[in-house]
Amino acid sequence: MRLPVYIGLLNEAEATLASSFRVVADGHGDEPDVHYILQTFAKKCDAHREALKPVIDRYGEDIEGEEEHRLTANGVKEVRSGPLALMLDLQDLYVLVNHIDVTWMMVGQAAKGDRDKELQGVVEQCEGDSELEIRWLQTRMKQAAPQALLVAE
Amino acid sequence: MTDRIADIWGERTPHGSGQVWPERVDQVLAEGLADADVDRWVQSACVLCSNGCGCDIAVKDGKMVGIRGRGVDRVNRGRLGPKGLYGSWQGEEHRDRLTRPLIRVDGELVETDWDTAMGRIVERSKELLASKGPLSHGFYTSGQLFLEEYYALGILGKAGIGTPHMDGNTRLCTATAAAALKESFGADGQPGSYTDVDECSAVFLYGHNMAETQTVLWARVLDRLDGPNPPKLVCVDPRDTEVARRADVHLAVHPGTNLALMNGLVRELFANGWINEDYISEHTANVDQLRSVVEPWTPEKVAETCGVQAADVRRAAEIFGTEDRVLSTVLQGFYQSAHATASACQVNNLHLLRGMLGRPGCGLLQMNGQPTAQNNRECGADGDLPGFRNWENPRHVQELARLWNVDPGVIPHWAPPTHALQIFRYVEQGSIALLWISATNPAVSMPQLERIRHILDKDSLFLVVQDIYLTETAQYADVVLPCAAWGEKTGTFTNVDRTVHLSEKAVDPPGEARSDLDVFLDYARRMGFTDKDGQPLLDWSGPEDGFEAWKECSRGRPCDYTGLSYDKLRGGSGIQWPCTEAQPGGTERLYTDGEFPTAPEYCESFGHDLLTGATTGETEYKATVEPGKAWLKALDYTPPHEEPDADYPLRYTTGRTAYHFHTRTKTGRSRRLNAAAPEPWIEMSVEDAARVGCQEGDIARVTSRRGSLEVPVRIGDIRPGTVFAPFHYGYWDTSDGGAAAGSGTGDPAVVVKADGGRHRAANELTITEWDPVSKQPLFKNAAVRVEKLRSGDGPSKAPDTTASRRATGARR
Ligand code: SF4
Repeated sequence: MRLPVYIGLLNEAEATLASSFRVVADGHGDEPDVHYILQTFAKKCDAHREALKPVIDRYGEDIEGEEEHRLTANGVKEVRSGPLALMLDLQDLYVLVNHIDVTWMMVGQAAKGDRDKELQGVVEQCEGDSELEIRWLQTRMKQAAPQALLVAE
Repeated sequence: MTDRIADIWGERTPHGSGQVWPERVDQVLAEGLADADVDRWVQSACVLCSNGCGCDIAVKDGKMVGIRGRGVDRVNRGRLGPKGLYGSWQGEEHRDRLTRPLIRVDGELVETDWDTAMGRIVERSKELLASKGPLSHGFYTSGQLFLEEYYALGILGKAGIGTPHMDGNTRLCTATAAAALKESFGADGQPGSYTDVDECSAVFLYGHNMAETQTVLWARVLDRLDGPNPPKLVCVDPRDTEVARRADVHLAVHPGTNLALMNGLVRELFANGWINEDYISEHTANVDQLRSVVEPWTPEKVAETCGVQAADVRRAAEIFGTEDRVLSTVLQGFYQSAHATASACQVNNLHLLRGMLGRPGCGLLQMNGQPTAQNNRECGADGDLPGFRNWENPRHVQELARLWNVDPGVIPHWAPPTHALQIFRYVEQGSIALLWISATNPAVSMPQLERIRHILDKDSLFLVVQDIYLTETAQYADVVLPCAAWGEKTGTFTNVDRTVHLSEKAVDPPGEARSDLDVFLDYARRMGFTDKDGQPLLDWSGPEDGFEAWKECSRGRPCDYTGLSYDKLRGGSGIQWPCTEAQPGGTERLYTDGEFPTAPEYCESFGHDLLTGATTGETEYKATVEPGKAWLKALDYTPPHEEPDADYPLRYTTGRTAYHFHTRTKTGRSRRLNAAAPEPWIEMSVEDAARVGCQEGDIARVTSRRGSLEVPVRIGDIRPGTVFAPFHYGYWDTSDGGAAAGSGTGDPAVVVKADGGRHRAANELTITEWDPVSKQPLFKNAAVRVEKLRSGDGPSKAPDTTASRRATGARR
């Protein structure tokens, strides 16, 4: 059974995303909407990991060979500077969130196949958040792109 | 008429439920003049708040010499408040008026002629368009111009230049009203009518100190309260306002916790079955989500979060749930606080759950702050597209392109329109290099003023300011354009309850001052903006052409003006839109049939997530909408981002006093109004003042993470833990901050831009943060500490006639 590998990946990815949200939030304090909303999103990641705990207790978290399974980079460790910084940092987050979104989807499928009600409940609770995060990132990047790409210095 | 500084609301003319509000005509003439001395009366309406009181201006020898309420007008039935009576023409005749254009030469503003001033603007504008394109231009306008002026600005910005960076100070006053209406009902448009005051059996005021913000509307409520079968009154406000004093239930919530209260009130309706199941199933969507979001918010939990009594929450909900005809009014206490749009939507939800819309007395008034804010929303000089069109709907953009005969690609619709604080951020970063500010004063009215001053002062910025006085903002300008004020130009405007008034020119503007409309038309002409056929984009010869053009733009939209004309608006009363051939007398209430403008092809917005502001998008909207049904939107409460802590233990909130408007540009120059409230103050409770060792009139320093104030203390009946500052005061009338304009030296070219010693304006302390949906700044949510600086030499000069009156010892 390989599901524990994916639950482990998910747990790790949520932790990476939370810290990435916080790094970008802190690094872009001059953009108050970004600053506050990313902090809210980071808290959602924490809540997702909380929700996963009982499942991990049950299945165990298979982190053996974790390196070879890992799909994403290390997350955002520091923000960029310059006129494109905000957009590029948001775009990094966009990649991380999409990765998580599809991981939840796959874990959700497995939970259904396994008729695991508890895990299905967790997936249902968390899946919507990554979808919202994607929509918000798109909204904000759409707003930022023309200015950043055409006139920013 | 009584002295209306002391007696703000005037004599009572009580009326019972369903009776017409009696007429009472208020009038003031210049000293020494009698009725017989007046040459003529010119029809207008007052522009010193959003109420829109119909009035006539007295003219003698080519000068304005008086004002009188119009008895026939549906808004005020002849009444005027202190600002209208003492600050309308009197605030415009000061010798500080700008009479010639100014340009900056060697760092100084010097007088010049119009050709030179406009030439400078056009030269810079063309240069930037060529080198950086349309996104280098930003326009920041007002809630105080006329409809025709906004529409001209909207066209030149959107079809002439093609920039999405257009907004108004309406962002600070009324953006949440518009956002909440769009989220719930699909489009902007005030459902209720002022006549609902005459008909209601209960009235709820949410964060709305109506007694001071719209004094004549409050007089209407007072006349009901003092008449037979008065309505029950519920007030949500942390201060002991006049409204609170008359209330059956006063919920003095902690600033920042409105949403918790609202979720609790909605929950009580569900829990007690005070809902209209039929209306909900026929006319609304999303009820299950609403029910589950509010479920945890028991009265006890609300009490703990908001600092109110659970019994009061129950009592308020019972009044809402059981009275037949409830009127709700909402203003800045909600709009400028945390979770603004979500809280305002919960007011809409209360009405939807009870099916209380579109019937006499069952009104909803999502109020505006400024007199012409509504027109800015309609005409597209703020972020929205003209005629409540949807920027995400390509057909709506096509309609505008056809109307203006331009390529639709020019009209910015590829991203959400840029809101005010983002415009200023782009200026800060240097990507907006030309900012044109008309009739507003961000150097006093924006949050976190130290930052705003730095932005206005940037070398990379070419700043154009058009105004009637050399405001704190104009002092930073590269070009200052002197404009005509109210009574010196003709145009129309629309108040909170959709009443359209014509305001006619009574006298000529001083010196070389021109109307704002003439300035915009002149700029468009000089820039050579043309349509697809090479014809001038704006070929209007005056305001009436603009009104006729606007009528076409509004055709078939919720704000349909096609049944109106200047002639029809002359004489008689103002008329409420929509006004069409089929509905020639206008429309008193919207949504009488429970049909809402949510159909995807018609709606103004596809909506947003209330927590983050993420747009719903066309696909998702079309998949979920039930056309014609209103949305019951909901959001769970989370604490505001800046809460009191050990370093900054008090909550800080800002607001108005009855005697001033905005940044006092006019009211501060009215002798009577200025004397009534001459200087800023900070309001504290008895307990909090004792804790920092302050007595009435002592000078205190109030500090937030962003700046500090040094002002006298007024010890009042505000709730402990919260301090209040009026937001009107800036620096033009202080010796250090704006000596040139304020001391009346008559030399407006002397400019003081010192950044030190600025400790009067409430917005030195406020935070740069905004509601995720409406983008309205959070002026009423900050943490501060207070310390005594020195003893005063007498009581503070805060008015004793209003919410700022000295503590009575009343504990609430
Ligand atoms: S209530 Fe408003 S519109 Fe009416 S007179 Fe007073 S300031 Fe003017």
